[in-house]
Parts: sequence; structure tokens; C-alpha cells
Amino acid sequence: MAAPPQASAGPAAVPNGAAPAPAVRTHGLTRHFGSQVAVDGIDLEVPRGAVYGFLGPNGSGKTTTIRMLLGLVRPTAGDVEVLGEAMPGRAGDVLPRVGALIEGPAFHPYLSGRANLRRLDAADATSDPRTSRARIEQALARVGLTAAAGKRYRNYSLGMKQRLGLAGALLRPRDLLVLDEPTNGLDPQGTREVRRLVRDLAADGLTVLVSSHLLSEIEQVATHVGMMSAGRLLRQGPLGEVLSAGTTSVRVETPDVDRARTCLAGAGFTARVTGPDTLTAAMPDRPVEDVAALLVGVGVRLRGLAVERPDLEDLFVAVTGEGFDVQQ
Amino acid sequence: MSSSKVAARQRGLRLGSFARLYRSEMRLLLARRRNAALLAALVLIPLFIGVAVKVSNPEHGDGPPFLDRITGNGLFLVFTALTVSLPFFFPLVLGVVAGDAVAGEASIGTLRYLLTVPVSRTRLLMVKTCAVATFTVLSAVLMSAMALVAGAGLFGVHALVLLSGDTVGIGAALLRTAGVIAYVSIALFGFAAGGLLISTLTENPLAAMASAVSLAILSAILDAVPQLSAIHPALLTDHWLGFGELLRTSVDTSALVRWSLLHLAYAAVFLSLAWTRMITKDVTS
Ligand SMILES: Nc1ncnc2c1ncn2[C@@H]1O[C@H](COP(=O)(O)OP(=O)(O)OP(=O)(O)O)[C@@H](O)[C@H]1O
Ligand SMILES: [Mg+2]
Repeated sequence: MAAPPQASAGPAAVPNGAAPAPAVRTHGLTRHFGSQVAVDGIDLEVPRGAVYGFLGPNGSGKTTTIRMLLGLVRPTAGDVEVLGEAMPGRAGDVLPRVGALIEGPAFHPYLSGRANLRRLDAADATSDPRTSRARIEQALARVGLTAAAGKRYRNYSLGMKQRLGLAGALLRPRDLLVLDEPTNGLDPQGTREVRRLVRDLAADGLTVLVSSHLLSEIEQVATHVGMMSAGRLLRQGPLGEVLSAGTTSVRVETPDVDRARTCLAGAGFTARVTGPDTLTAAMPDRPVEDVAALLVGVGVRLRGLAVERPDLEDLFVAVTGEGFDVQQ
Repeated sequence: MSSSKVAARQRGLRLGSFARLYRSEMRLLLARRRNAALLAALVLIPLFIGVAVKVSNPEHGDGPPFLDRITGNGLFLVFTALTVSLPFFFPLVLGVVAGDAVAGEASIGTLRYLLTVPVSRTRLLMVKTCAVATFTVLSAVLMSAMALVAGAGLFGVHALVLLSGDTVGIGAALLRTAGVIAYVSIALFGFAAGGLLISTLTENPLAAMASAVSLAILSAILDAVPQLSAIHPALLTDHWLGFGELLRTSVDTSALVRWSLLHLAYAAVFLSLAWTRMITKDVTS
């Protein structure tokens, strides 16, 4: 899969080496639906060139935020900047450089996939009609849909629909891709292809904002993450930083579990016996090296010591709560 | 390039891209089987009336206006077909097309993708309006053309004996027929603009279509209540059959202009409300 050229040169094109504005920046972005607060004063910041994983349980306000970024829904309060320009005021200049997949694909059921893309391209006042056909075929090829391009959209499978939506977002070179659950309904090959696509695009300097519930997928491609819960942005930053801010724990293997537990608990760790000869200890703001020193100090026989970093899923559950029911 | 040349070029590009979206819109509209079927039905109406008249030869004074004159002059088939279709069938056809225009895209979700292409909301409404206007004219012209062909084939087209008894030649008669079609198109567009307004208010195309059709029916009902005669002249549908004026010896042009302006005023009010709604609406579908 060849990566397309960017819509405009990346950060290097900014004069005088000034830091480019983030691809997306919001201030106190808020949206009420009646009495419900769907998005509650969030300060989103997606740096240029990032692959930003936008996470959150069902109904936490991801799609509503994305709709506000794209000028579809008006914020109740706060402002939005996309690619350095205010939205929705500058939509005409900004959106041609943004490809979007919002809450699943949507096309005319009675038109073929190709005819649907033709319609989208005809709607674009800034696209060149002379290159339309070539760009459409290229986009179809990129998502592996060339063979089914003549089929009516209504006869597409879920994954084919999703692929066509991606093709629509890739109809022309972009600076920013906003993908709301792009892998929904895709087969494993399709999911892998999307992951590869996102990586390729990011390698070319595109910024990608991707919302997904597939945390392992996000963990593989994202450079940054943001976590929403009940309309609030609870965590945001580079993936590594966000992950290490989660409580790291140490797994201790020893025949003297009881003595070890007492010792660690006395030193302020939360220590839990997790097996016949193992216990897990965790304490925020305390280097894990201390554990070994403490245990050896009281004569505990150590068989093994392993640092356990939380993965994205652990952190996600820790941040957004265990509850299965949707909030609000 | 001078700045005026640049401006002219940009204007040209804008026009070109508007035309491109308009063509896409018309293709979408005409490729829709439902719309093609409605147009086909519009075309069949004069054919059925023509054949029925040919077979039964109605008595003088029977049936709708102009019906009894078709046998004498096929041209009257145009006026008969328009007269019988105006109260219900035209509102149905145009209510479906105009009511679906925005609500249909909202309901399947393509509206959000058009707006993020981006198409400005004003531009999108303009394209939709042009497409609905084209469809309005197309339906009036297609029905009249079919009526003319069927009338000529079944009864022959002759010099037109006007309602007042005078006669005008075939050329002048055809010119008046063109005037009738133009008048009917303008009247119907006033209604279709109402359908467009309703279409911006909901995400449910069926509700929009039904409400749009009801708009014409409601107006006709009010028009039929004598106690409301004071407001009759201002009603949306009151002057739809006013094209009969064109079949008199001395055409009251000022009345025709006045009524046409009323229809255009309806269109202007409906469209500005539609625009206000369009540019403020949240697209959550
Ligand atoms: N048009 C609307 N009217 C009323 N409430 C709405 C509307 N759109 C969204 N909401 C509410 O706003 C909240 C956030 O919805 P949103 O679609 O943004 O969630 P999400 O994070 O995208 O969820 P999911 O992961 O399920 O896609 C939900 O409680 C939802 O019910
Ligand atoms: Mg969502």
C-alpha cells in the first residue's frame, strides 16, 4: 500500500521554525443535550503527527466531541481549533484537509460504491474533476475494495461498508484523519489492514485521531491517548506517560509470603497474596526498587521479583471504572 | 493575471463546482426508481384521460373543466390533465421529492458526510433548491408534452377557440400553452419550497413527505370553507388554477403577475426559513 502525498507540507513548512499549532485543540469544549451534559469542558490536544487514541466507554461523549470538531454539532460552550484554524467558522478551508469517518459509514444504498465516491467527490468544490476518476480508483484500491466497487452499497457486507467509508476519507491527500471506530465490523485481515494504513499514513506525517474500543489495537498504533468518561477527559498525553502514570506493581515470589506481606504493608505498600508463593505489591509514588531492599533487609528469601506495568486495558478500567452499565 | 481576472476565474470555478454538484444531485434524483415511477405516472395521466375521452365521448358539461372540449381540440387535453392533477397528484409527487431532499440524506447519514466534504450548508440548500425547482418544471413540462402528443394523436390540434368564443391560431395557442406551463411551474414551486423547509426540520423523510403533502391539502381545505373567504386569496393553493386566465381573449396580465408574485413570495418565505434552519441545525444523525 503506497502512502498518498500529504495535502500540504508538514511542520517543516511553518515559517521561522515556529511550533505548528496542534492538529486539534479545544478549550472547555462543552455540549449539553437538554439537561444531559454529553461533553463536559474538555481540553483536547492532538499534536501534529500523532496517532491519538480517543478512548472511553459507550456514551462517554467521543462521537459528540468528534461532531463538534467537524462543525456538525454546535458546542454549548468552549472553542475548537482544527489544524490551527477556528471551527466551525473556517470549515471551508479546514475540512478539505480532513478526512473523516463519523459513527460508521453512510452512503446511498442504491448507488454502487464507486458511484457513491463519485458523488462525494462531486460535492467537493476544491477537488479537481479531471483527477476524480484516478483518485477514486486509488482510494478503492487502498482499502481493497476494487473488486466490489460496482456492487450496490445496500448489498455490501458490514466490513465492505466500513472500507468504503475509509475510501471516502482517503479520496484526496489529507493532513488529519478523524476515524470514529474504523475497525467496527472488520475481519481480522481488515483490522490489520486498517492498523497498517494508520501506521503508513502517520509515517507520512499525517495526524490521526482514532476512537476505538479495541484497546489492544490502539496500544499497537497510538502515540498518544485520551480517555473520556461521562463527558470528561480524565487522562491525556503520550501513551508511555499515561501508562506509567498508572500504578506499577511488583510481583514477588517467595516461600515466606506472610512475612513479606507484613513487611511491605508496614512500609505502606498495598500488598496482596496472589498465589501460594506469590504476592503483588503496589504503591504510588514509590520506586519499586525499594521492595527488594526492604524484603532482603528483613531476611525474606526471594525467588523472583518482576515489575508489572498495567496495559491499556487495566488502565482504562482503572480510570473509567469497572461498571458495565452506561452512565447517564 | 490582473486581480479582476483572478476574481473572474475564481467565480468561474465556483460556478463550475456548483454545476458539478447540481448534476450529481439531478442524477441522484432521476436515478431513484421511486421518482422515475412518479414521473411516469404523471406522464400516463393525460394518456389515460385522452383514451377514456376517445372511447366514451363525454357529454357537454360532464367532468372536470375543459374535458368536454378535448374531442374538438387535442390541445385541451393539456389543460384538463393539469387541472385534474394540480389538487392532489402534483402535491404528492413534489411533496415526496422536496420532503426527501434534506431529511432523506439526514436519515441515511449522508448529510454528515456531505457537510464534512465540506459543502457549505448554504450551498447545499441552494443545490437542493435548484434540483427541486428543476424537478417541478420537469414534471409540469413532461405531463404537458405527453398531453400535447396524445391530444394531437387522438383528436388533432387546431386553432384554439378561447373560453370567450374567439379563436387564435395554432402558433398563438401553443404560446399560450407555454404560458400555462410556466404559470403552473411557478405556482407549484411555491409549494415545493414549503416541502424543502419541512425537509430541513426533521430526520424522518416519511414524516417530511407526509407533512409536505398535507401542506397543500390543508390549504385546499381552508380554501373550501366559505367562512374563511377573507383569507382565501392569500392561500398557497388558491390561484393554482388561475392559468385559465390565459385562455381568455384579453388576458388579465396584472392578475397573473400578482398571483405569480404571491407564489414566489411563498417560495421566498419558505426558503429563507429553510436557510435559517439549515445553517443552525445540529447534525446528529
Ligand atoms: N442528539 C442527541 N440528543 C440527545 N442526547 C444525545 C444526542 N447525541 C448524543 N447524545 C448523548 O450524549 C452522550 C454521548 O454520546 P456519544 O455518541 O458522544 O458517545 P460515544 O462516546 O461516542 O459512545 P459510543 O462508544 O457508544 O459510540 C450519550 O449519553 C448520548 O445519549
Ligand atoms: Mg460513538
